[in-house]
Amino acid sequence: MTDVATHRRTGAPRVGESAPRPDGVAKVQGRFAFSSDLFAENLLWGQTIRSPHAHARIIDIDIREALSLPGVHAVLTADDVPGELHYGLEHQDQPVLAADVVRYFGEPVALVAADHPETARRAAAAVVVSYEPLTPLVDSALAAQADPIHPDGNVLRTLTIRHGDLDATAAVVVEGTYEVGMQDQAFMGPESGMALPSADGGVELFVSTQWLHADRRQVAGCLGLPEDMVRITLAGVGGAFGAREDLSLHVHLCLLSQHTGRPVKMVYRRPESFVGHVHRHPARMWYRHHADTDGTLVKVEARLLLDGGAYASSSLAVIANATCFAAGPYRVPHADIEGTVVRTNNPPCGAMRGFGAVQSCFAHEAQMDKLAAALALDPVELRRRNALATGDTLVTGQVITGAAPVAEVIDACASHPLPDLAAVDEQPMMHRPGGAGRTADAHHVRRATGFALGFKNLLFSEGFDDYSSAVCRLENGAVTITCACAEVGQGFVTLAQQIAREELGIDEIVLAPAETATVGSAGSTSASRQSWMSGGAVQAACRAVRGRVLQQVARRRGVALDGLVLRDGIIESLDGSVRVDLADAVDGPIEETAEYHHRPTQPLDENGQGDAHVSFAFAAHRAVVDVDPELGLVRVHDMTTAQDVGRVLNPLQAIGQIEGGTAQGVGLAVMEELIVEDGIIKNRSFTDYLIPTTLDMPTVRIAALIEEPEPDAPFGAKGIGEPPTISSTPAIVAALRAATGLELTRVPVRPQDIALPRS
Amino acid sequence: MSNVVVPTTLDEALALLAADPQLSPLAGGTDFMVEVNHGARRPVRVLALRAVAELRGWRRDGDVLVIGAGCTYVSMADPAFAVAAPALAQAARTIGSPQIRNMGTIGGNLATASPAGDTLPVLMALGARVEVASTEGTRTLAVDELITGVKRTVLHPAELITSVRIPVARGPQEFCKIGTRNAMVISAAGIAVVLDREAHTVGCGLGSVTAAPVRATDAETFAAEAIDWSTLRAGAGTTERFGTLAADAATPIDDHRSTAAYRRHAIGVMARRALERCLS
Amino acid sequence: MSTQSYRLRVNGADHEVAEGWIGESLLDVLRDRLGLPGAKNACEEGECGSCSVLVDGVLSCACLVLAAAAIGTEITTVEGLGAEGALTDVQQAFIDAGAVQCGFCTPGLIVAIHDLLDQDASPERLVVEEALSGNLCRCTGYGRILEAVDLVAARRSAS
Repeated sequence: MTDVATHRRTGAPRVGESAPRPDGVAKVQGRFAFSSDLFAENLLWGQTIRSPHAHARIIDIDIREALSLPGVHAVLTADDVPGELHYGLEHQDQPVLAADVVRYFGEPVALVAADHPETARRAAAAVVVSYEPLTPLVDSALAAQADPIHPDGNVLRTLTIRHGDLDATAAVVVEGTYEVGMQDQAFMGPESGMALPSADGGVELFVSTQWLHADRRQVAGCLGLPEDMVRITLAGVGGAFGAREDLSLHVHLCLLSQHTGRPVKMVYRRPESFVGHVHRHPARMWYRHHADTDGTLVKVEARLLLDGGAYASSSLAVIANATCFAAGPYRVPHADIEGTVVRTNNPPCGAMRGFGAVQSCFAHEAQMDKLAAALALDPVELRRRNALATGDTLVTGQVITGAAPVAEVIDACASHPLPDLAAVDEQPMMHRPGGAGRTADAHHVRRATGFALGFKNLLFSEGFDDYSSAVCRLENGAVTITCACAEVGQGFVTLAQQIAREELGIDEIVLAPAETATVGSAGSTSASRQSWMSGGAVQAACRAVRGRVLQQVARRRGVALDGLVLRDGIIESLDGSVRVDLADAVDGPIEETAEYHHRPTQPLDENGQGDAHVSFAFAAHRAVVDVDPELGLVRVHDMTTAQDVGRVLNPLQAIGQIEGGTAQGVGLAVMEELIVEDGIIKNRSFTDYLIPTTLDMPTVRIAALIEEPEPDAPFGAKGIGEPPTISSTPAIVAALRAATGLELTRVPVRPQDIALPRS
Repeated sequence: MSNVVVPTTLDEALALLAADPQLSPLAGGTDFMVEVNHGARRPVRVLALRAVAELRGWRRDGDVLVIGAGCTYVSMADPAFAVAAPALAQAARTIGSPQIRNMGTIGGNLATASPAGDTLPVLMALGARVEVASTEGTRTLAVDELITGVKRTVLHPAELITSVRIPVARGPQEFCKIGTRNAMVISAAGIAVVLDREAHTVGCGLGSVTAAPVRATDAETFAAEAIDWSTLRAGAGTTERFGTLAADAATPIDDHRSTAAYRRHAIGVMARRALERCLS
Repeated sequence: MSTQSYRLRVNGADHEVAEGWIGESLLDVLRDRLGLPGAKNACEEGECGSCSVLVDGVLSCACLVLAAAAIGTEITTVEGLGAEGALTDVQQAFIDAGAVQCGFCTPGLIVAIHDLLDQDASPERLVVEEALSGNLCRCTGYGRILEAVDLVAARRSAS
């Protein structure tokens, strides 16, 4: 072992810098393997037969004709499920394949494997399912009293918050009822994957997902296999936003593969994708706010009703969020809030970015504006007066111990200079409401601004230990990081390299594939948790490796361990007697596994009180919109935002999350809704489920990223993915109200809501 | 024996169609392939029209614009075309996306006969004549003779639309369309208003609010009489009344894209504004 | 099923398709037969642009092209834009500007932007927005993508 005379150059970006994505080159060249790009020799194609009814009894399934078609290798039904017949994220209530009853439009009933996707499609059409249609339960308000549509009942969860004095009153009272329609995650990469049978009787599954190990638990259960015989590897994910937290085609692919003994690939087409995953919960919310004449909030009453659709998914956690955050990021001494999520024959709902807080924020921000109007107070000032801060108590009784720079977030956003927009009469036609449709001239258009503030928790809650694991291996001077964190586009892969570089001072960090066989669970890519949890696991694993390296060097050189440091890839002693390159410092590989846990949280008691959450993040938006009130068409010009981020780990990626989240908020405000009639989704295509295009998307300007370090978080960094989706929608609707004078109690706001308000 | 044929002349194409009832004509593919991809159409044999010279492009023939059925929407962005047919150029710009506009054709818009077809209200307002050919000969139809209902035309299987003839603009023209998004949006309601300063007529075609293409004839007659054709002005209340009459001609439905009430309202507003623009 | 054998010219090379089902789109053929999965399958109805390719130099949705009828055309996919594995300036700008998140929309956008800049070297922002309005992205909100286009235009005019 020789001492190194030259200093190692460590130029690659570390934590806090805009490191480029390691998968960027492959993605721009079209070489990156998404789960729909997988290929294998001897491949078969799978297809799912789905229910055309929202609610029906299955009388018979006749597979004979389908099975007889040339090129068809398997036709499977519920009878072919060898293990557990049901799966579920929180609650095991969802059938792998429906056996005697279907409970939602599109519910999987049977499967086909064939040698060409068109053959599979024709075989699927040849499966004859006889149904006895039943009246679907589609009104969430009736669900609790209606006959159960599932043995587990129609009420998935009710949560009550009773905080302070429920009889408290105040001088000014405003009331309102609000509604949020069903938004869809609408990721670009369709559900897809490939399963291959293993020689030991197990199965290999390559799939797009958010949580490999939760998938493995459920898949193994349904296949009747021990978990270590189900090997799941993350295939390239084309976006997730919550829709991949539940299983979709996972068990189906494995069943077909096991049955045929061949690799089987399945790719959902877009209309199938729209029924193939959970959606954002539609919500109806009644609120009553009480405040003193100086604007101090005294009490918030709320009744929230979320429609969970046919199966539980993560509804129990979504209603907890919606209820816990129902009063908004404000000091509210007294609260009487009840949240209920029910089962209906509507499409199943579950996780979508924002997870319950989106729905509540729309309502509580509308209420705050109503209150401001009743008090003749500036809406921003009203929020300032009531804004939470570190040390304040939430309506759940939890004291905020971490960073809570809410006042700074409000001020940064509200005081940011208004955009230098062309005046209404100077806007080009394409940027007027109606755009290329040429519907408006300048004098038909009104411009207004709106402001909103939102928050939610980071990480999982109510006692859930959503730990993450990572492995760091140092061998011949090269570092490999293994972590099962699902990269869905958010850029964790970039961060993992930055963190490893920060801890070990080596530029070249290799990321091993994310798979269940080689590393423990990283938890879900959701709840804005991965930078914290998997970042923390990677950091801990790297630090453990660093510790062992220093120990070895200390032992060999006979120097004190506490006199050694590892910096920029060099181990040196403070007195200068030791100076050795990390690559030469140790014999043989050093590998360490870390499991990173956040501090424990508590369940909520019967009054909804408890330290249920780990941390909170806050964001504000200010929207500038132009409206054509006579036609109800809208153009969102500018979204200015400020967000509480703890610490920026990668500025370019942070901007990407904020712009992308804001886009989804814009969509919910003015154009995105799954239209469900009698349980049937009417707009199962990008033709009719509209997400913003380049011609719809406003400029997003970041007024400030407030960096008040979060004490418990690695690098002090908070997750940033969800807050931008929360306050964006209500800010836009606030602007629309200002422009039109209308109440606008529902999102998405449709043209007729503005143009024909009373119909 | 090939299952795909790519003729280069119209005569060749028509002869192939006449000989083979299972031959499906394929132009831009922007409707055809959506059906195939969704499993709603299973082609057996295909006649690709892209190489048929006579169907391509457009030309000016005196006072008439002759547009080949294979003329793509992007071709209508040509400034010379926009001068001769402003409302049609405006409509073409709103169809789909740049990719769709590169591929889709006016002949396809007519043959698909969707109530939401964006060229249809313009062609109706212009009194367009559609030329249809087969080995038996040619015939010329008005748009509402060609299209009789939702996705229904009078075309025989061996017939092809070959061209559309419209009068070159002789006055102001406007096209407006409602969509909840600024691009790639199916029209919830659309309207075309065409003024002819020489004939002193007004054409008003409605889009997405009737099963088959319709002209708001009462609105047209009213406006033609109310307009002072020497100054292109009209008295107070004219454009409002025009809007009301146009809305009365609409028979919209409720569907997942919009409501009948809103569509009728939107027609009225757009008709009024379109005429205001024409008269300003 | 009605089948067809034909030859396609993609990225300058000829490819034979033997007995392909006649209804296969160019997108299907590129991805499942020719080993060119760069064009993506996000909607298969021309509403997302993720399958954007050039057919005889014209920006088109591969999902809307009947493969068997594309004989005699020159097809260019994202895989054919750069020389032998090298990044084009548009691809480099996407990386530099942070315009890639999940990456599913990326190939279609790369092709569309090459097409745009070939026709207009310094497009105004509104022109860029309209040119890319047929390409959906769900992750980025388009901000970094539009910056990437400006970056390419600036770099090209500087060189």
